[in-house]
Amino acid sequence: MTSPKTLYDKIWDAHVVHEDDDGTCLLYIDRHLVHEVTSPQAFEGLRMAGRRVRAPDKTIAVPDHNVPTTEGREDPAQMTEESRIQVEALDRNAREFGIHYYPMNDIRQGIVHIVGPEQGWTLPGMTVVCGDSHTATHGAFGALAHGIGTSEVEHVLATQTLIQKKSKNMKVEITGRLQPGVTPKDVTLAVIGATGTAGGTGHVIEYCGQVIRDMSMEGRMTVCNMAIEGGARAGLVAPDETTFEYVRGRPHAPKGAMWEAALAWWQTLQSDPGAHFDKVVTLKGEDIEPVVTWGTSPEDVLPISGVVPAPEDFEGGKAEAVARALEYMGLEPGTRLTDIEIDTVFIGSCTNGRIEDLRAAAEVLKGRKVKDGLRAMVVPGSGLVRAQAEEEGLAQIFVDAGFEWRLAGCSMCLAMNPDQLAPGERCAATSNRNFEGRQGRGGRTHLLSPAMAAAAAVTGRLTDVRALI
Amino acid sequence: MEKFEKLTGVAAPMPLVNIDTDMIIPKQFLKTIRRSGLGVHLFDEMRYLEDGSENPDFVLNRPPYRKAEILIAGDNFGCGSSREHAPWALLDFGIRCIISTSFADIFHNNCFKNGILPVILRAEEVAFLMDEARKGENARFTVDLERQQVTAPDGTTFRFEVDPFRKHCLLNGLDDISLTLEKAPAIDAFEAKASRERPWV
Repeated sequence: MTSPKTLYDKIWDAHVVHEDDDGTCLLYIDRHLVHEVTSPQAFEGLRMAGRRVRAPDKTIAVPDHNVPTTEGREDPAQMTEESRIQVEALDRNAREFGIHYYPMNDIRQGIVHIVGPEQGWTLPGMTVVCGDSHTATHGAFGALAHGIGTSEVEHVLATQTLIQKKSKNMKVEITGRLQPGVTPKDVTLAVIGATGTAGGTGHVIEYCGQVIRDMSMEGRMTVCNMAIEGGARAGLVAPDETTFEYVRGRPHAPKGAMWEAALAWWQTLQSDPGAHFDKVVTLKGEDIEPVVTWGTSPEDVLPISGVVPAPEDFEGGKAEAVARALEYMGLEPGTRLTDIEIDTVFIGSCTNGRIEDLRAAAEVLKGRKVKDGLRAMVVPGSGLVRAQAEEEGLAQIFVDAGFEWRLAGCSMCLAMNPDQLAPGERCAATSNRNFEGRQGRGGRTHLLSPAMAAAAAVTGRLTDVRALI
Repeated sequence: MEKFEKLTGVAAPMPLVNIDTDMIIPKQFLKTIRRSGLGVHLFDEMRYLEDGSENPDFVLNRPPYRKAEILIAGDNFGCGSSREHAPWALLDFGIRCIISTSFADIFHNNCFKNGILPVILRAEEVAFLMDEARKGENARFTVDLERQQVTAPDGTTFRFEVDPFRKHCLLNGLDDISLTLEKAPAIDAFEAKASRERPWV
C-alpha cells in the first residue's frame, strides 16, 4: 500500500520527467504564461542559441505591467520609450515564436494571472509557471503554480521543463466562518500576519478548512495570490464543485468526453487522510477582522481596530526594520489606524482586480461619494472583467462616486506604467506589496480589501468597513 | 555563466531584514531588454538622494565597501518579486556572494543561474560576520565553494550547506538548458505518456 499523499505530492508525482539520485527533478510544465517585463532576455537567449519554443501551444503571452490604463492607450505617446520597446518586443517575440498572444487592444487582454484562469488555460492538476511571483494565484484551481526568474523562463521556453527540488508541505487551515465585512484579502493578510513573510519559505501551502470551501474561485485566487508574500513557493486549494463550475465552458477548458475524463482525474486531487504536513497553521475564521498594513512589509498587518506599533514591540533586526518603516510611512507609534488619513485609493491588481472584488467595492460605494480632494481609481484586471462590470452597472457606481474607471493592466500595483504615487502620497491599495517605493518613489502604501478601500475612499481615512455596511 | 570557485574580498554589512527585490532594483529599471548595465541602479532609492547625488551614509557608497564583492545581509534577503534584474544588478555591481540566515525562494534560485553564491549560515554566525564586515577595508573574507566554507578576517571558519547539483553547476559554470536538453528523450517520452493520460492538457 502506498503512503497517503498530499495534493502537492500528487501533482508533483504526475509531472516528474526525470529524477536524479540526489532528488533533483526535471518537472514538466503544462502552462507557461509570459509577460513583457521578464521575457525579453529569455527570447533573446533562444534566438542567440538558435533554439525554438518547445511547446508554443502551451505558452501564452499578454502585456500587462507597462501598459497605460487610460483611454486611447494605443497612442505611443502614452508610454515611455522604454515601455513601448518592451511591449513591442513581446509583440514581435509572440509572432516570431508562434505562441498564443493577447495584444493590448484585444478585449481579452489583462493581467496575466487574471487572463489565464478566465480563458480556461489554468486547470486543476496542472503545473503553471510565469516570470512573475504572483503566479501563485493559479494555485486556487489545485494547480501547482509558481513564479520563476528570466533564466528559468528561457529554460521552460526551450525545454518545457524546470529543474526543481521538492518543497516541504505546509497546511494552512481556516476553520469556521467569516464575519460580515471580512473578505478573502483579510484572510490572506491575516495568515501572513500570523506566519511572517518568511513563514512559508521552502514550503508549498495547501489552504483548507470551511472558510476556504465556502469561498468563490475569485476569493481563493486572492488567498493563493499572496502565498508568495508569506514566502511560500506556491499556494494550493483542492479543486471541488466550485472549481469545476468556474472552469466549465471556458474557451480553453476541455469539452465533451474530454471534460468527463479530466473531471474524473480532478476529483482525485485532494490530500489523502493522514497525509503528512511538515508545518500546520490553523486560524479561526471568526477571529479574523478586517485588516490593514501599517508598514513596508506585508507581515506588518493589524486589525483595523489596532494602533501603530513601536519598534520596541519587536526583537532583533525587525526592530530596526520597523523604525525605518515608520519613518518611511510617516507614522507615530500609538496612532489609531482609523486616524490615518489617505490621499489616494487604488482598486485593482492580480490580487483584487476580479469581478467579485469590483462588486464588493461597488456595494460600499453605492449612493456615496469619494471624499473631496481624494484621488481614486479602479483598474479592472482584464478587458472582460471591465466589460462585465459595465454590464452589471458597477462601472456607473464607481464613476458616480468619483472614481476613475480605467482600462486593464497592473497599473499602480507596481507603477511601471504612468500610474504612480508622488513622494509622501498615502494610498489605500488592494494590491499585494507595501514595499518602499513600490507604488512610486516615496509613496506610502496601506494594503487592504476592496470593500475596505471603498470605505477609505468615502471617509478619506482608513476605516472599518463594517460601520458602512 | 561565470564559474564560482573561491572568492576573497571585502564584505558589506546590510543588517536590515526583509531586503526586498524592489529595494535591490526598483521597477523603473526593469524596462530594459538587456541583462547588463544595471549595477549603477543597484539599491537605487537607498543609494542616491532625491537630487541624484550619492547618499554618503549608504554602505556601498562608503570607501571600504565601494568595491565589495560580498554582502552580509539580514534575514529573508531577496523577498518579493521574481525579477532576475535583482541578481543581474548585484552581479553587475560586482557582488558574487551574499551571506544571510535565509533567502526568499525565487531570488535564491535566480542567484545560482547567474554565478552568484547565496550562503545560508546560522543567526549567530551571520551576526559574527556582520561585526567583522563593519571593520571595512582590511576585513577580507574568503568564500570557498569547493570546501563549503566561509573564512572571516580573523581566521574563524564557518561551514555551509549547498545543494550538490547547484554546487556542481556553479563550480563549472554550466548552462542548465544544455544539461536539460541532454535529457530530451525523457521529455519526449513524458509528453507521449501525458498526452495519453491527460489529453486535455
